[in-house]
Amino acid sequence: MGSLRKMSFDAVIVGGGGSGMRAALQLAQSGYKTAVITKVFPTRSHTVSAQGGITCAIASDDPNDQWQWHMYDTIKGSDYIGDQEAIEYMCQTGPEAIFELEHMGLPFSRTQEGRIYQRPFGGQSKDYGAGGQAARTCAAADRTGHALLHTLYQGNLKNKTVFLNEWFAVDIVKNADGAVVGVVAIDIETGETVFVESKATVFATGGAGRIYASTTNAHICTGDGVGMALRAGFPVQDIEMWQFHPTGIHGAGTLVTEGCRGEGGYLINKDGERFMERYAPNAKDLAGRDVVARSMVLEILEGRGCGPDGDHVYLKLDHLGEEMLNAKLPGILELSRTFAHADPVKEPIPVVPTCHYMMGGIPTNVDGQALTIDREGNDQVIDGFYACGEAACVSVHGANRLGGNSLLDLVVFGRASGIFIEKQLSEGIALKEATEEDIQRALVGLNRINQSADGENAAVLRAELQTIMQNYFGVFRRGDYMKKGVEKLDELRVRVENVYLDDKSNAFNTARLEALELQNLFETAYATAISAEGRTESRGAHAREDFQERDDKNWLCHSVYFPKSKKIGKRPVNFTLKTREPFEPKIRTY
Amino acid sequence: MMSFFARFAFTGPSNWKIQRITSILMAVYLFFIVGYLMTNPALTYDQWSELNSLLPMRVFTLLVVAAVAFHAWIGMRCVFTDYITVRLIGPKANGLRNTLQLGLAFMLLCYLLWTIKILWGL
Amino acid sequence: MLNVSIYRYNPEVDAEPYMQDFEFDTQGKDLMVLDVLEKLKIQDPSLVFRRSCREGVCGSDGVNISGKNGLACITPLSECVKGDKLVVRPLPGLPVIRDLVIDMSQFYAQYEKIQPYMINNSPPPAIERLQSPEERKKLDGLYECILCACCSTACPSFWWNPEKFIGPSGLLQAYRFLADSRDTATEERLANLDDPFSVFRCHGIMNCVQVCPKGLNPTKAIGHIRNMLIRGTA
Repeated sequence: MGSLRKMSFDAVIVGGGGSGMRAALQLAQSGYKTAVITKVFPTRSHTVSAQGGITCAIASDDPNDQWQWHMYDTIKGSDYIGDQEAIEYMCQTGPEAIFELEHMGLPFSRTQEGRIYQRPFGGQSKDYGAGGQAARTCAAADRTGHALLHTLYQGNLKNKTVFLNEWFAVDIVKNADGAVVGVVAIDIETGETVFVESKATVFATGGAGRIYASTTNAHICTGDGVGMALRAGFPVQDIEMWQFHPTGIHGAGTLVTEGCRGEGGYLINKDGERFMERYAPNAKDLAGRDVVARSMVLEILEGRGCGPDGDHVYLKLDHLGEEMLNAKLPGILELSRTFAHADPVKEPIPVVPTCHYMMGGIPTNVDGQALTIDREGNDQVIDGFYACGEAACVSVHGANRLGGNSLLDLVVFGRASGIFIEKQLSEGIALKEATEEDIQRALVGLNRINQSADGENAAVLRAELQTIMQNYFGVFRRGDYMKKGVEKLDELRVRVENVYLDDKSNAFNTARLEALELQNLFETAYATAISAEGRTESRGAHAREDFQERDDKNWLCHSVYFPKSKKIGKRPVNFTLKTREPFEPKIRTY
Repeated sequence: MMSFFARFAFTGPSNWKIQRITSILMAVYLFFIVGYLMTNPALTYDQWSELNSLLPMRVFTLLVVAAVAFHAWIGMRCVFTDYITVRLIGPKANGLRNTLQLGLAFMLLCYLLWTIKILWGL
Repeated sequence: MLNVSIYRYNPEVDAEPYMQDFEFDTQGKDLMVLDVLEKLKIQDPSLVFRRSCREGVCGSDGVNISGKNGLACITPLSECVKGDKLVVRPLPGLPVIRDLVIDMSQFYAQYEKIQPYMINNSPPPAIERLQSPEERKKLDGLYECILCACCSTACPSFWWNPEKFIGPSGLLQAYRFLADSRDTATEERLANLDDPFSVFRCHGIMNCVQVCPKGLNPTKAIGHIRNMLIRGTA
């Protein structure tokens, strides 16, 4: 195989969702030669599906709101393994980042005073938990992600960012010094493979909800960034932490925003009981997502589930009135009528906890620099490699993300990565050379698929993977089950590596992409399995039946999964705040 | 004068307005003629000829024929630029479309002159 | 058994496109068209279509379903199967890359032409620019567009003049910015649209309204732009 065509940029961003486009915007504005590699047209990225809003203390609903209260909620919500330095940065910088978006044209809903409308979301409080429920989630009806993603794309068009639309990044190109020098990518339309070389490579590849059979995530959420990083030998952090959103539509998996409960909706069991009053007497339906999801599963397991099979509960909205629902939750009415055949104006929506968000990811610092951990357990910056958004673990979500914090995360840290890379570029970093050998190493996986002569179909293997993850690594986890799950994954690994691609054509070959995505899904799932089995406690979204208590003595730390040894290590949580003394871990109740 | 003509022929809003004004003119004329014929069931040639020799009537008719010409010009140009394009029928389209437009212009001009000839008997 | 007829074309193999028939067992369920395509792709991995969110907000899977443009992921079989036949073709009017995947460059080019971003050169305040709920309400029915191209590819005027006529989707977005109280470039925007093609090739046949999967009304928005242009010119 001869040399590939080479394209060269100052910065390459892999992923055209919210964080990728926010980073790209920052760099394009500063005039650096920036390209976004995205496997779908940017406005088709999964950010588009975010509904309820973006949480940030802009003091619109409550003029006395403080970002410090938001910081407290987020740290508590993370079950104390969110890095406090990063959370402080996010909550403090948040308002500025939101106002920038508004100035770019994001069509937020408005209050009578003309300010941005904010609604209550789960886990939000005033005065460090003492002042009752806060309303801190800035919303554009229930289409905030759509509005945000389109606004960012528009901003990038205005600033003439180069978009490599419908290009698929295959693998990281790493040179002999271990620095990331770019990626190998496929132009999907023509099938051409290209070496995209860059001084800074930013992974903004989003989540991997598709490792589970039931997920709110789009088909495209296949953990490509995590997969590539793992294959390049880089570690991932807290990858066992998967958020199950309480309200996915039963059967379809599509998301129903937490904003429904923020606006006054609540969950009921088959007896019509508002059961969250039992589990979280104060916050009720607006407790943390992990708490609500577990309560729902307990209701179902204890025989109080709804429907003929008793396998879901109901989200009740009809008491809010048609006018209010039309104004505040129009998208939900549409989704429920389409996918649940239930009109929320008249009847409740059948919902069930559904895989929603990957709290873990590529560990980074606040500037978006990707990290690895050396033998002595110290953080080492990976030269040339950055990550932001869901693919990254900076970590602001810890063991459980609060609703509305993902959009804030991607805007704030997309922006922060952009600002930092801009600074580095202005200081003059040199393009690092890659040898032909380095490039060929990144092509191994692709070549294997292209030369496959027999094996199994990617779709079949994917379905098997999803079932294993759903059954053995779901809302409740148990050591012996997870061991069995890992064994099954070990068996599956050989078959996944031996996946068969029948159609070897070049033009828009999505079968090839699915085979590549399968590798990424598998790597992400395997890291999840090992980390979940290894964390012997219950914390946030990670709930174990055999270790039901939080274990701060041993596990008030990040888990770090190393792909070469396939083992996990620990990394300390950051407890340094710039503006005040840190928040010490407390028992988490709502 | 040229810029007025250019705007007249090539801007969207003026074309749109012309189409509406000319169609109103044509409709009024149609209603008038139909109304006249219905209120005069036993119409004679002399009566008809007398009506059409009145100056306001002659001006009205001329105006309406001019309206038809403009209306047809804009409408047919729209049709030509929709269907007779390089995209649809290849490189010969431009020549063909120009020829057809020229032919159309010539035809409409003839109609107009012919109307003047009939009305004023020149 | 459902008979599914799908438009196939692989430029590397096929001299010309053809319709391929599949037998499909729905097991009595009212699936979405996308579910059917996904299952057929397991059977025949060479079948190609775009998809992402599968809930009607990303706009990837616009296709022509039994003669009507729509999103495969939110079109249930009960709405589109005639007899026991389902026909799926690519959106009409734009070049086909492969199977159900079309080349949308022309569609995107028209979107870019209308300057789809906020223009306001006054220095921004320290907080957000204020906007009353009434002013914000004017953006409802406009900003929700998902760029799926169902409307523009259902529009004969766009079929005939995709380089010159902006098309319903682009015009809807043009009006989204004209209607925004925070945007100050109204005159510039109108000047860019002031020609016989960009806006005025809309003849109001409302195919766009009929097919829009988000229930939006581009014709109405185009009417507003037209009125602004007419009022703006003497």
